[in-house]
Amino acid sequence: MSDTPKTPQTQPRFSATFDPYTLSEIRRAAATGIYDIRGAGAKRKLPHFDDLLFLGASVSRYPLEGYREKCGTDVVLGTRFAKKPIHLKTPVTIAGMSFGALSGPAKEALGRGASAVGTSTTTGDGGMTPEERGQSSILVYQYLPSRYGMNPDDLRKADAIEVVIGQGAKPGGGGMLLGQKISDRVAKMRCLPKGVDQRSACRHPDWTGPDDLEIKIAELREITDWEKPIYVKVGATRPYFDVTLAVKAGADVVVLDGMQGGTAATQEVFIEHVGIPTLAAIRPAVQALQDMGMHRKVQLIVSGGIRNGADVAKALALGADAVAIGTAALVALGDNDPRLESEYQALGTTAGAYDDWHEGKDPAGITTQDPELMKRLDPVKAGRRLANYLAVMTMEAQVIARACGKSHLHNLEPEDLVALTVESAAMAKVPLAGTSWIPGQVQY
Amino acid sequence: MESLKFDLAATPLREVNQYLHSPASELNGKHVVIHNPNGAHNIAVGLKSDVQVTIDGHAGYYAAGMNQLANVVVTGSAGTGVAENMMSGVVHVKGFASNAAGATAQGGLLIIDGDAGLRCGISLKGADIVVGGSVGSFSAFMAQAGNLVVLGDAGEALGDSLYEARLFVRGEVKSLGADCEEKPMDDEARQILVDLLAKSGHADVSPDSFKLFGSARTLYNFHVDNAGAY
Ligand SMILES: Cc1cc2nc3c(=O)[nH]c(=O)nc-3n(C[C@H](O)[C@H](O)[C@H](O)COP(=O)(O)O)c2cc1C
Repeated sequence: MSDTPKTPQTQPRFSATFDPYTLSEIRRAAATGIYDIRGAGAKRKLPHFDDLLFLGASVSRYPLEGYREKCGTDVVLGTRFAKKPIHLKTPVTIAGMSFGALSGPAKEALGRGASAVGTSTTTGDGGMTPEERGQSSILVYQYLPSRYGMNPDDLRKADAIEVVIGQGAKPGGGGMLLGQKISDRVAKMRCLPKGVDQRSACRHPDWTGPDDLEIKIAELREITDWEKPIYVKVGATRPYFDVTLAVKAGADVVVLDGMQGGTAATQEVFIEHVGIPTLAAIRPAVQALQDMGMHRKVQLIVSGGIRNGADVAKALALGADAVAIGTAALVALGDNDPRLESEYQALGTTAGAYDDWHEGKDPAGITTQDPELMKRLDPVKAGRRLANYLAVMTMEAQVIARACGKSHLHNLEPEDLVALTVESAAMAKVPLAGTSWIPGQVQY
Repeated sequence: MESLKFDLAATPLREVNQYLHSPASELNGKHVVIHNPNGAHNIAVGLKSDVQVTIDGHAGYYAAGMNQLANVVVTGSAGTGVAENMMSGVVHVKGFASNAAGATAQGGLLIIDGDAGLRCGISLKGADIVVGGSVGSFSAFMAQAGNLVVLGDAGEALGDSLYEARLFVRGEVKSLGADCEEKPMDDEARQILVDLLAKSGHADVSPDSFKLFGSARTLYNFHVDNAGAY
């Protein structure tokens, strides 16, 4: 035996820049020659609502008694011009998700869950289905660049109209529904041959700038006799200017979707690298409304990564009137359930990470048009789960509001918040916890 | 036919459109004439009954937008998006039409006697459009279904990213868009053309003077070797 001492080995070291995910993506791109398309929103870690905390009441402010003292949660949307504004019992709404991306039973379940707690659902690219109109007591009809399935009769059947200019996952991008999800029914609704990739345009076909948008909104109002609230949805990029222009064009409600916001199918590079986080978008949007004297007159709905009542309370405290959820609603229905782990494994992924929503093979029967897979989702039970979840989010937000001494969720304010990180303090314009420092603001 | 007059110089547009949305029992078979339109936007939008409307002069954006069943005539010219998303009925512009004429229209017939601007028939979803003059660039972009007949010339990138719409052009085509190609005129297409010419007051024009364009269908399913065409 030799006595030469063994050279100590260093551990194999992975590069932070070329991490295992990055390496796998380079190999995938090299093998296929195609960019990666997937569903869901930005997956990287971003400054988010978790970086904010509420200051509960104590000596300087007094709290409300949990369970006994009232804490209102209702919200009215569309008070500016619409003859028939929308009354919601909770400020948590269901975001627009297309029939085509989602199955008929999934749309029905969303309608059932939302209606049970007195909130709205939203159609999406591809038009309105009877399943959704039938089950949603309050239904917002999206008016999209593609105009797939756009029908004036459905416009009149809706309770509100949402002009979609962009989405947080892909501001400036159109859509794509791959051929395998174009079933006979989807093809008929979209007026396309079966099995072809359905490309959705990124710009509206009959208007371009904000001056045209004003005329377009006027047209929609004329067609619906000024009854319905008109929302304008934008992906978060330059929220101050986009909100200003949307309000000038006559919007009743602005929907602002941050980069964590989900999508049915977009290039990974787009999802992760275009747009700004939800947290960074809210204050400039609210500032725009305040500068025009329109805060609370034109309502602001915020979406992108809303998961629980704390997120709801924080979005509202920063000045939103309501929030919208997409991904979280799908999870409540049964998406990415660990119960289906073996099937996710068979698809080369794992529960919690499944995002190939565009491929139509969803074992949970939600993001599919396959008749067999679709049958797996019981719309009544799934709707019940969504209703439970929405009720929990609302109650959680109330717990926080009462602790801050507020008799309505809308009484929450930025002064109730502090930030855990310098970034979130700068973005949310609230002080770093334990200090009076708001980065970027001049102290007098 | 019972005739009714509105003067847009004196009556707000809202009142006129509200009247035009009266129940079909009130409107069917009536003729409504709108004087002094003076380029106002959104005249006669969202009609849904078998009423005849004459806009006596020039209309602004979205004249007869989303039309269902009604027969609307614009005696002058029409602005952007005339008859956009029309479902049925007939819209007839006697002058010129601006951009995006007949955009996304799903049914019915749009007749333009003069020229049409850019993006005529963009995203067309089943309607028929007959243009007596020429159409601007990017016409029939992503057109899915329906027919566009152009008696004059077509601008650049005609039928870019076309799906299943048929494009008939009598004059010059400046250039074809990605995935748009000339097709042989089969009997079915020829018959469609003959019918549309007859319905739009061009019965005297020979169908043989037209070329037919349609989709080459190479972009129907994404393939990396076509990436340059997107
Ligand atoms: C499956 C799916 C389909 C979607 N389809 C649409 C759509 O058709 N139109 C639209 O404006 N947004 C669409 N979105 C985006 C949502 O409306 C919403 O902006 C987003 O989901 C909110 O973020 P969250 O998922 O983090 O809650 C879709 C999202 C998902 C997850």
